[in-house]
Amino acid sequence: MPNDAYIALIPLLPLAAFVVLGLFGRKSLLRLSGIIGTGAVLISTGLSLWTAYRYFAACLSDGACRLITPLKVTWLTFSPGLSIDLSVILDPISVMMIVVVSFVSLMVHVFSLGYMKGETRFGTYYAFLGLFTFSMLGLVLSGNIFEIYIFWELVGCSSFLLIGYYFDRPSAVAAAKKAFIVTRFADLGFLVGILILSFHAETLDFHTLIQRLTGPSPQLASITRASFLGISLLSWGLVLVFIGGAGKSALFPLHIWLPDAMEGPTPVSALIHAATMVVAGVYLVARLYPVYMFADPAVLRVVLYVGAFSALFAAIVACVQTDIKRVLAYSTMSQIGYMMFALGTFQAAGEENTLGYTASMFHLFTHAFFKALLFLCAGVIIHRVHSNEMKDMGGLRKLLPLTHGCFLIACLAIAGIPPFSGFFSKEEILLAAFHANKFVFAVGLFTSGLTAFYMFRLYFSVFWRRQSQDVGSHHGEAPLTMKIPLVILAAGAIFAGFVPFSRWVTYDGAPGKGQGIGGFAIAPVMLALLGMLLAGFFYQKESARPAKAAAALGGLYKFAYHKFYIDEVYSFITKKIIFNFIGRPAAWIDRNIVDGFMNLLAGVTARISARIKGFQSGRVQDYALYFFAGVAALAVLFIYIYT
Amino acid sequence: MNQVPLSHILFVSTALFFIGMYGLFTRRNMITMLMSVELILNSVNINFIAFNKYLYPEKLEGVFFSLFIIAIAAAEAAVAIAIIINLYRNLRSIDVEDANEMKF
Repeated sequence: MPNDAYIALIPLLPLAAFVVLGLFGRKSLLRLSGIIGTGAVLISTGLSLWTAYRYFAACLSDGACRLITPLKVTWLTFSPGLSIDLSVILDPISVMMIVVVSFVSLMVHVFSLGYMKGETRFGTYYAFLGLFTFSMLGLVLSGNIFEIYIFWELVGCSSFLLIGYYFDRPSAVAAAKKAFIVTRFADLGFLVGILILSFHAETLDFHTLIQRLTGPSPQLASITRASFLGISLLSWGLVLVFIGGAGKSALFPLHIWLPDAMEGPTPVSALIHAATMVVAGVYLVARLYPVYMFADPAVLRVVLYVGAFSALFAAIVACVQTDIKRVLAYSTMSQIGYMMFALGTFQAAGEENTLGYTASMFHLFTHAFFKALLFLCAGVIIHRVHSNEMKDMGGLRKLLPLTHGCFLIACLAIAGIPPFSGFFSKEEILLAAFHANKFVFAVGLFTSGLTAFYMFRLYFSVFWRRQSQDVGSHHGEAPLTMKIPLVILAAGAIFAGFVPFSRWVTYDGAPGKGQGIGGFAIAPVMLALLGMLLAGFFYQKESARPAKAAAALGGLYKFAYHKFYIDEVYSFITKKIIFNFIGRPAAWIDRNIVDGFMNLLAGVTARISARIKGFQSGRVQDYALYFFAGVAALAVLFIYIYT
Repeated sequence: MNQVPLSHILFVSTALFFIGMYGLFTRRNMITMLMSVELILNSVNINFIAFNKYLYPEKLEGVFFSLFIIAIAAAEAAVAIAIIINLYRNLRSIDVEDANEMKF
């Protein structure tokens, strides 16, 4: 594809919107800012779709998808062989991601026109959304590992800004800080991983790096020979990169920031903390997937178990949360766990074993639609009810008919009921797990039942449970700008599963056959239906059943309700251990030794000047006296010398 | 006729100089300080005249210098008194201690 430099416009247009709105969005362009931001993203989305169309058409005519580098600019040259470039690459996953990111971003931009109307910092909000969209598009198009790190930090920064958007709420500020610190902590692992991999591979470019670390080369020999604690540096590098990804993707045990991040405006949660940024970790592992496949299988086993555990853990916690956005946050974490363990299912080369890669990317694709839809529906509900708590809702299906329908579609999709999109991707993941590891398959199966249960618990609690009651005044369901994205995303949640994904997105670019799901799907669908029925039994009408069940489960319920006390463990470690044994001694040294030395210097100076300041009396006659004394002394001196 | 020895005259001028210096350092009244300055200038005048007369009687530079100094002293007194009057008008005082607005 010649003349592809226009692809750089896809991320640059939102950046332009950010710059314009950041400079003028507070005053002069405040009213226009929504239009400007949405317009820029609309063009980006158009370009993304056009790019995807051309790219996959080329795939079909060539028989396989190739990696294309439409744009490459050398930025910093260190030595003839080593430079940091800014490049744009197109391969199946990056093309898929630009479509997802720009599309969901567009939906959120449009939705926010209604949702954020009347905010005083409306322009700033759109500026931050533009910055995020730019960073995320840049991240997925990055052609080298250093460039991806830059954008990685930029998405972290814009996520921080948007979580803390309501900066007058202390909880939002705390959540923003928490998200930033936890992901920064994980990014440290990512950075060290980058340094290890790129130092040994002697390149930063993804394509070259993958080539060198997966085939016989002196670089591969050097990185496998070097070892630390008995594990080769290749494995270390990959595990560290995975830790970075796990922090961004909120996998256990670095997930603690994601539920708190729900303090941000709801459309932001839909965009950043559900559909796009949190899957960056999955994308990163997928980007380096050939290296992961080639390295020690233990590394992918780490990915597998961390992913599976996160999926199960988050699903259990989601079953007992009462804040609608937190339930969705834990469900996001659970679905990302699915994507991650799908990547971990690879064991040996072969069509069946690389299914996990395709399945993971497929789930990422479908999840973006139905999860964004769920969050936007939650936005409409919260907009109407003015509360995040499920107990304040109930019987909303008459009041919000469109939202009810969309929410139901999204719930069916995430629960994996055919023919909604989540069904196809989840079945592929379970199939991949079935071939790889029976234990993880069982975990995945159980989690899919739980998913259906907690999603329908949410659905019934919000839309049924009580008689329809009027909350607030009669001003219709929602403005048109909020309804349109819901309908479009609902269409995506229904039909995204029919995209022939496995023909296009495979780890080596060659078209896959596409696995027949057939009879395999019976067990998961049955489990999902069971979960739905159970949720209906407990929550469709107001009853004492949930309380009884909670009492019967006793300790387990309490444990899950408090999110297994992970936050408490963290604050114990930081406040009690790190603060006392590292923070306090460091503070003591700082106060008494570093500051003490400076205080000593200052004290001596002050004392001396206190003594001699009497000379500066301000009396002319005193000065004249000193002058005369000086002259007299000189006179005496000269007399002494010359006689 | 016995001439007064040079050293006697120098004693007088030195005494005059230090009296003036003392007055300048200790008095706070500006008029007194101005008078002290005049004493110092006159002690210098005496020195010029004395050295001229005793060492180079055939020349006149010393006399001219003292004439210049007298003229300048007159001008200086005029300027100084003008300053003092202005100060008095502003502060109702001619004590140097009171003229402290430019201090610090």
